[in-house]
Amino acid sequence: MASDSNGGSSDSQRIAQHRLSVIAGHLQRPAEGYTALLAAECKAQGSKPDVSSDERTVPRRRQEIMKWNGWGYSDSRFLFNKKGQAEFTGKRYRLSGMIIPGLRDWMESTFGANLQHKTPAVPVLNSSVVQPPTLNEAFVGELKSTGIPFSHDVEDRVFRAHGHCLHEIFALREGKIGRIPDMVVWPNCHNDVVKIVELACKHNVCLIPYGGGTSVSSALECPPEETRSIVSLDTSQMNRILWIDEKNLTAHVEAGIVGQDLERLLNESGYCTGHEPDSMEFSSLGGWVATRASGMKKNIYGNIEDLVIHVKMVTPRGVIEKSCQGPRMSTGPDIHHFILGSEGTLGVVTEVTMKIRPMPEYQKYGSVVFPSFEQGVACLREVARQRCAPASIRLMDNEQFKFGHALKPQVSSIFTSFLDGLKKFYITKFKGFDQDRLCVATLLFEGNRERVLQHEKQVYDIAAKFGGLAAGEDNGQRGYMLTFVIAYLRDLGMDYYVIGESFETSVPWDRVLDICRNVKARIVRECKDKGVQFPPLSTCRVTQTYDAGACVYFYFAFNYRGLADPVHVYEQVEHAAREEILANGGSLSHHHGVGKLRKEWMRETVSNVGVGMLKSVKDYVDPDNIFGNRNLL
Amino acid sequence: MASKAVYSHRDPMLKKRDDFEDILEDRRNSSDLRYALRCYAPVLYKELTPCTAGGLKGLVLQSDQLRYVIGQVSKETGVTVEDVQAEASAILDEMAHRLQLSTVRFFAFMLCKVFKALFRSICVNEEGIQRLQQAIHEHPVVLLPSHRSYMDFLLMSYLLYTYDLALPVIAAGMDFMGMKVVGEMLRMSGAFFIRRSFGGDKLYWAVFSEYVKTMLKNGFAPVEFFLEGTRSRTAKSLTPKLGLLNIVMDPFLKGEVFDVCLVPVSISYERILEEALYARELLGVPKPKESTSGLFKARKVLSEDYGSIHVYFGQPVSVRSLAEGRVNRGQFNLTPRHIPRRPGEDVGVFVNAAAYRLVRAQEENMVLKPWVLLASLLLQNQPAGRGPGQGLTLEELTQQAAWLRDLARQFGAFLHWPGTAPPGSGTMPGLCATETTHKGTSVKNNSPCPEGGAGAPEEELLRRAVVVLSCASYRNQGLHVFLRPALLASALRTASSSRKRQRPPPSSPRCHGDHPDVFNSFTFLRNVFSNEFILCPGAAVQDFEEACYLLGKNGALQAGQQDILVTERGRRTLAFLAKLLDPFLQGYQATEGLTEKQFVPAVRAFVIKQLLTGRLGYVEALSSDLQKNALAALLRLDAVQKLKGGEAPGTLKVNAVVVNSLEDTLGGSLPTQKAAVARL
Ligand SMILES: Cc1cc2nc3c(=O)[nH]c(=O)nc-3n(C[C@H](O)[C@H](O)[C@H](O)COP(=O)(O)OP(=O)(O)OC[C@H]3O[C@@H](n4cnc5c(N)ncnc54)[C@H](O)[C@@H]3O)c2cc1C
Repeated sequence: MASDSNGGSSDSQRIAQHRLSVIAGHLQRPAEGYTALLAAECKAQGSKPDVSSDERTVPRRRQEIMKWNGWGYSDSRFLFNKKGQAEFTGKRYRLSGMIIPGLRDWMESTFGANLQHKTPAVPVLNSSVVQPPTLNEAFVGELKSTGIPFSHDVEDRVFRAHGHCLHEIFALREGKIGRIPDMVVWPNCHNDVVKIVELACKHNVCLIPYGGGTSVSSALECPPEETRSIVSLDTSQMNRILWIDEKNLTAHVEAGIVGQDLERLLNESGYCTGHEPDSMEFSSLGGWVATRASGMKKNIYGNIEDLVIHVKMVTPRGVIEKSCQGPRMSTGPDIHHFILGSEGTLGVVTEVTMKIRPMPEYQKYGSVVFPSFEQGVACLREVARQRCAPASIRLMDNEQFKFGHALKPQVSSIFTSFLDGLKKFYITKFKGFDQDRLCVATLLFEGNRERVLQHEKQVYDIAAKFGGLAAGEDNGQRGYMLTFVIAYLRDLGMDYYVIGESFETSVPWDRVLDICRNVKARIVRECKDKGVQFPPLSTCRVTQTYDAGACVYFYFAFNYRGLADPVHVYEQVEHAAREEILANGGSLSHHHGVGKLRKEWMRETVSNVGVGMLKSVKDYVDPDNIFGNRNLL
Repeated sequence: MASKAVYSHRDPMLKKRDDFEDILEDRRNSSDLRYALRCYAPVLYKELTPCTAGGLKGLVLQSDQLRYVIGQVSKETGVTVEDVQAEASAILDEMAHRLQLSTVRFFAFMLCKVFKALFRSICVNEEGIQRLQQAIHEHPVVLLPSHRSYMDFLLMSYLLYTYDLALPVIAAGMDFMGMKVVGEMLRMSGAFFIRRSFGGDKLYWAVFSEYVKTMLKNGFAPVEFFLEGTRSRTAKSLTPKLGLLNIVMDPFLKGEVFDVCLVPVSISYERILEEALYARELLGVPKPKESTSGLFKARKVLSEDYGSIHVYFGQPVSVRSLAEGRVNRGQFNLTPRHIPRRPGEDVGVFVNAAAYRLVRAQEENMVLKPWVLLASLLLQNQPAGRGPGQGLTLEELTQQAAWLRDLARQFGAFLHWPGTAPPGSGTMPGLCATETTHKGTSVKNNSPCPEGGAGAPEEELLRRAVVVLSCASYRNQGLHVFLRPALLASALRTASSSRKRQRPPPSSPRCHGDHPDVFNSFTFLRNVFSNEFILCPGAAVQDFEEACYLLGKNGALQAGQQDILVTERGRRTLAFLAKLLDPFLQGYQATEGLTEKQFVPAVRAFVIKQLLTGRLGYVEALSSDLQKNALAALLRLDAVQKLKGGEAPGTLKVNAVVVNSLEDTLGGSLPTQKAAVARL
């Protein structure tokens, strides 16, 4: 959790501060005293934005604060210090600056990794390996005259050529660069986007919208066969809240704003959206709309499609939007659903009217330990049946439970090794439980204090029926923290021959256990068949509950020493795992989207006619394939 | 359709097989009692949810599947749900095993004694046992032994107990239930009982399949059943039955378990306990109903020598790998899995193909004793006047046996050939032990029938038939080794003889490709015999290639780019192979307007007449098994139709056109063609 900042803060600040700790759950950055208005308004914008702060997370030059070949902020990373202890650097997170004594043990015992066997990344980007840009001079010329900033700097271009799939990051670490955008433009507002799209159509330039760059579906990769000039349209500077409507509880926001800024700015006015995908530090509102994103607290606030009231999208045919802000309409198929999940293939989402809620007055973490994963799932199912899911409820399997323990920072424990810690944990609390079977659910309650406490009791009572024992707020909180650092951990793994990824699906309740078991086992078997020398980590968790099913995440990582082409092996295994998911009644994706990574399964997923419908929309809206990232279809 | 996992060896010579250990040796040297009481702590399924036999019943009755069907049945019949439930519960009581370690120990003790008295040795491949143990730990396991004797499942449980493996639950036919005490004993040693037929009984099926699936999924115990459905009376593998196989594959196909392991087990008896019974049964003396007293009468067998048993635990087969790319498991995504639903066609095709592969896997690891080859030779050389051959001297037999042994080896047979001693000498227990068969058929100068054959010619014929059929049951054990080359040999013969009839004799018979007639007659024969032998559906081309390959390698055929020549030394091989099938070819030639029920007796009468007048040469044509298979084939090939309804439902109607063309092809290679055609 964010540690309390500058000592004695005022009341309003305290609320904001508290809220902050709720949002990212991990950010240490203190709430900045905000300046009233942003000076830099869009030239085309008539009115001044309602809410603003000059503090924006994402600068045009992302390289100033972010890694070019890994996750997140440049100053934050895991490493093994001189004593061989794991440490998390920087000052931003709760874990920052701390020693994590159990992590090394865990990495060694889980993967057979070894501190002696390092696989360092190339330190700097070698611009000579980058193809010189193919520029469309006419387009560039006219763009210049609009005054919209653009660049064909190598770093800028490389930064926008990838998301965070394993193969993308792995290639960067090896210094390998494929097809990348030829230039980057930074529109400042809706009208800038209109101009850019017009010019792109006029000069037949390929546009790829870029939000936060957190895609995990190869959606941002440039199609290698694209011969036109590719322009990355970076929305990050369109990041204002244009107005807040307190009567209707809506906010009108520019689509480039990233999650943490959106929440922070709304919090300043006492509101929140409650939309908190794990990537919210960096992913953008437009990206959420374009991928049908899902937030951790959807049980209270809904997924992105539930939150959106009005969307504006600029397409080669013009701007698409609805004429009013009615909360529901029966006007034929909902045109929002052409936009939601369009993955940048139809146009650029520029402005969104979103539901907002008053900030919750109280929030509380919790956790429950179950004797087995089966019982845990049965409990979640019952919670969903009674429709009393907390803001968030997640069930980790045994391996993840152990992983969570491995991440206990030093201060909170006197134990020297993670196994000691675990042992102590069982002995003191969960005697009857088998330490290799038990699993843990983490909970987050939110709302009115009394109701939270009531709600909490209801959930713990249900849990008790399934053999669940309350295991404290601490364990719950750590579970959520894990979510935010896991992407950083992957980079650490990659320093020591360990590669991995997570992927998700949604599945009806009656199949949850089967799919978890089968996909995990499939991963293990495929690794063995593909010659992986060490047993892989193959674990899962149930992260969302619905009336009719659940969202399941799989985490998969292995030590690739001895493999000639680890990424290829990795991709084969992931492919097999996806096949297994589909064979077991799981969906192609719950929220990561299709991109190019999962395209091959689209037809069987939505049927021939379904593909035909999508195609005909694309053909009408974008006949010249200006938005040519080739996702989905 | 070739499934690598089940059947992967292109060259049978390269097949690596495990060594055997005799488990009786230990038993002869240490206390049986201590053995029966020893500590038994088998490795169990890693995801086992421990549960008692009683708990199992609850799980089954509470299952969504069964509850759904109970609801359905109640709606359809108007009987209350409670009553249907009670019925389901009663069915389950009738069916369920009550596996109990103490009973198993008792059996183990008794069987020690019995086995030591009956058999010289019981040899087991211990590597197979190790593989099995690992499989049991990893996945739900299904044991699929071959079925030749009542002994099979007692033997299986005995072995698993001996090796400290999880005891199986065994699907057994209801006929055992007649034997009260024994029935209950078997129940307590893990047998569960299924009615032989329950055609449309939805409830029964639901209880039964749910019971089996529950045991399998929970890893309660390895599930054992006989793919062949019943004991093979002829020692040939029977066409697999698919019901139980469908059931045990279902949990995998529906994603309820990660995988299911199928373990084919080949049990080869040097001499089958039921040997004499089978021949009589095949000749129309009905099978005695199993009863406890009958079993005790069988005590006299205890004083005989039944040689040795070889049990080969085959390579476990993963259903998952078998199904890879063949079954779309997604087909179960759109309806709740507990609602019974006819699976897609791909599933049917897949299960059927898998069943054949598994039976072939059983066949391949059958251990063949010398007697099997001797019987094959003797049957081809029966004394003059009684069959096509002239009989053999011992020397001739010895010499031919050596030749056949080499041929069999080349074809990948799993031979157990003691030392290098010449066949026919005392080293072959089989030859001496099987005196019934020995009499009558074997060596020249032997009287062809038992003494005092004063009975009517028909009686004498039947007596002789008993001997021949017993002998055939030895030959049959090895048929699978020769089957494909034999089909090719027959096809070559047919092709060349029909060519002789139609055009000037060709320089040589050729193989498929440019000479489709050979391939065509091969496929035709294969098709006709697909009820008789284990021939995987849809694998004609592979079988043909395998046959060509084996005969080519052996030097009997020379494969050119264009055609295939029969070599000089190949003639002997081809003649032997073709003759191997002749009894079957002949047997398949007869029928007229008969009802199905009448079929066997009528054909029998006809065949007897033909045999007595010398127009049919092979007494094997009297085997009811062969006749039933022939009828099935005729029905399948539309040569005969079963009339539904009308005055005489069940009457068989002959389709003259098809029969004639069948006759042409089958008869083309037979001396008795005229006679058979005349009857049709
Ligand atoms: C560590 C990590 C955790 C994650 N957790 C979650 C999670 O909890 N929930 C979740 O839903 N997702 C999650 N994701 C996936 C990813 O964050 C989401 O897909 C997110 O919505 C992408 O937003 P973005 O702004 O980063 O879009 P980008 O990655 O920049 O782009 C994604 C796609 O959307 C298109 N696009 C972007 N902006 C626009 C726009 N304004 N108009 C039109 N098209 C646009 C792009 O062309 C591209 O095709 C996670 C990813 C990571 C790496």
